[in-house]
Amino acid sequence: MLSINDLHVSVAGKPILKGLTLEVVPGEVAAIMGPNGSGKSTLAHVLSGKAGYEVTSGSILFKGQDLLALEAHERAREGVFLAFQYPVEIPGVSNAYFLRAAVNAVRVHRGLEELDAVAFLKEMREQMKRVKMDPKLAKREVNAGFSGGEKKRNEILQMAMLDPSLAVLDETDSGLDIDALKAVSDGVNALRGPNRSMLVITHYQRLLSYIVPDKVHVLLDGRIVTSGGKELALELEERGYDWLRGDAAA
Amino acid sequence: MSANTELKQLTQKRYEAGFYTDIEADTVPPGLSEDVIRLISAKKGEPEWLLDYRLQAYRAWLEMTEPTWAHVRYEPVDYQAISYYSAPKAKGDGPKSLDEVDPEILKAYEKLGIPIDEQKMLAGVVAVDAVFDSVSVVTTFRAKLAEAGVIFCSFSDAVKDHPELVKKWLGSVVPHTDNFFAALNAAVFTDGSFVYIPEGVRCPMELSTYFRINAMNTGQFERTLIVADKGSYVSYLEGCTAPQRDENQLHAAVVELVALEDAEIKYSTVQNWYPGDENGVGGVYNFVTKRGACRGDRSKISWTQVETGSAITWKYPSCILQGDDSVGEFYSVALTNNRQQADTGTKMVHIGKRTRSTIVSKGISAGRSQQTYRGGVKILASADGARNHTQCDSLLLGSRCTADTVPYVEVKNATAQLEHEATTSKISDDQLFYCLQRGLDAEDATNLIVNGFCKEVFRELPMEFAVEAQKLLELSLEGTVG
Ligand SMILES: Nc1ncnc2c1ncn2[C@@H]1O[C@H](COP(=O)(O)OP(=O)(O)OP(=O)(O)O)[C@@H](O)[C@H]1O
Ligand SMILES: [Mg+2]
Repeated sequence: MLSINDLHVSVAGKPILKGLTLEVVPGEVAAIMGPNGSGKSTLAHVLSGKAGYEVTSGSILFKGQDLLALEAHERAREGVFLAFQYPVEIPGVSNAYFLRAAVNAVRVHRGLEELDAVAFLKEMREQMKRVKMDPKLAKREVNAGFSGGEKKRNEILQMAMLDPSLAVLDETDSGLDIDALKAVSDGVNALRGPNRSMLVITHYQRLLSYIVPDKVHVLLDGRIVTSGGKELALELEERGYDWLRGDAAA
Repeated sequence: MSANTELKQLTQKRYEAGFYTDIEADTVPPGLSEDVIRLISAKKGEPEWLLDYRLQAYRAWLEMTEPTWAHVRYEPVDYQAISYYSAPKAKGDGPKSLDEVDPEILKAYEKLGIPIDEQKMLAGVVAVDAVFDSVSVVTTFRAKLAEAGVIFCSFSDAVKDHPELVKKWLGSVVPHTDNFFAALNAAVFTDGSFVYIPEGVRCPMELSTYFRINAMNTGQFERTLIVADKGSYVSYLEGCTAPQRDENQLHAAVVELVALEDAEIKYSTVQNWYPGDENGVGGVYNFVTKRGACRGDRSKISWTQVETGSAITWKYPSCILQGDDSVGEFYSVALTNNRQQADTGTKMVHIGKRTRSTIVSKGISAGRSQQTYRGGVKILASADGARNHTQCDSLLLGSRCTADTVPYVEVKNATAQLEHEATTSKISDDQLFYCLQRGLDAEDATNLIVNGFCKEVFRELPMEFAVEAQKLLELSLEGTVG
């Protein structure tokens, strides 16, 4: 599904990712953990094609094709989805209108018919129930005035509707209360499947007890320094990252 | 009946009516003088009082100088080089087939979803389209309107058929001495629309007129007068288009609205006169005076406009709030691209007690365009408890355009309440990326964000117009990204 090889990325001339290598197979849920500033969001942005990130060397293959050759909107249409750490507000545009525009852009690219308003609304309402999202939010302006939890649910709703093959969730658990965390996790778990992979970026083991990962990778100073199963997250919770820093320097 | 034969019948009908009697010699030579005005008036078979009105206006105009306070720059207009009268011509003047029409125009029509019927298209280019449109509206719905007692006709017909109404209200809101362009219009106006809604009548349908600037070197001076008698209501739509030409075309219209007691007028405009090309060659000079008077208590006038066209715009639809508890509204989206210049806004004059006004202005500048919002709020001493809310937002696309806000506020009554909000923003990279990440391309993303920015104005437009306005914005934004 995703194959990152020796990736080096600079932002404003400053190297952030320094030889990152990572393999994600179809159907796999991989957690990425790591201290603040280690480059997790940078990785998410590079995968989704945000401007301002300079790939100085290395490669990314996504479903066998050169991901870096695609523009941001093409990656989205090909199935890369990013659940934003800080979802963006778009004043004056209704949430439902925005989502339908996105869904249809993606569907057309994938050779599917556009959803008409009725079919779209039906599908959207169903998915909203899944993440226990207030139906009123469909009519509100995109993320404008949404609470932190509402924004995160909205991201998962979009993910469900856009049916990506690779979903990158950047700290989707931050700012969620316990109930919201459960609802969002249920939503994510429902989307697990053999043809969909997920990169779950988080600081906390708690999320991973709901969304149980197949693998855990530790990103430190721009590289994956160690990988393991779900137990690794527990170990990190107990010991922090310091014990790994020696490895990073080595 | 096909559109072609319908068109032919309608246009011939118009000639049959004897209105334009001399089809061959239908354009007076360029230049302006009392003789030219007499000629226009005679050609139109006007009564003496109207000729006098024109001549008075002309003499006043001679004493006036062209205003220079607006933040626009253009080559001086040679008023002696303009032809002041041009009636529809027989075909043969314009392009003879679609192949001769500029492909850019065809593309624009296609994108607007307007079916391109060859005859109709050509007819438009040679000056029948506007006539065609307004005539067809009147014809199709004449029965229904007549039943309600509504008068909706060309200005010339109104002069013939309802001289007492025209005489009573013409110039009552925008006097012929009002300003340079209004005086010029009063002297030489050729046609326009007239609407009268009788007491207590809710006009059974939206009235619409499409204006077109057609022949070369003719200024367009139309005159619109709408009178809503006590307790009546009307919604009026004005659409404007102009064929593409290299020369600048002058357009100096006057629109007067009168709302009597408890009457309401909703006036919506979608204006896409030719804006010139990306280097600023050609395009329409749009110097328009639009003003509404809320004469009666509890009357209401609202202006809603979406402006994407014209090389230069000088336009301030205003409300004179005379009646107690009367309401004035101004909702505007102005988009400028390339080398367009717009100095536009509104003026609300509060005279009656508890008069209220709302101003929502959304300016979008792209390319190297320049846009100024000029808004005046005047509260006179008599206007106890008057209120105004002004919201004025500018959105800049790119870094080579400019947007300025020039508010004038004059308050002579201490009980007045005024609120003013103004913002200037750019489309943020984060917003754009969010849309891209959801699969929208850069152009669709920009359109979406700009449409969101304009929402408060679009929701004031009648449904069909709102859709057209959105498409128009998308067209006008084309090429601003990527
Ligand atoms: N535009 C930028 N200019 C300069 N430095 C940047 C820029 N964007 C990110 N960085 C730097 O890159 C480093 C990695 O940032 P990133 O956001 O990827 O970290 P993170 O692992 O997601 O951290 P957190 O856990 O706090 O979200 C940080 O040191 C950050 O300051
Ligand atoms: Mg981060």
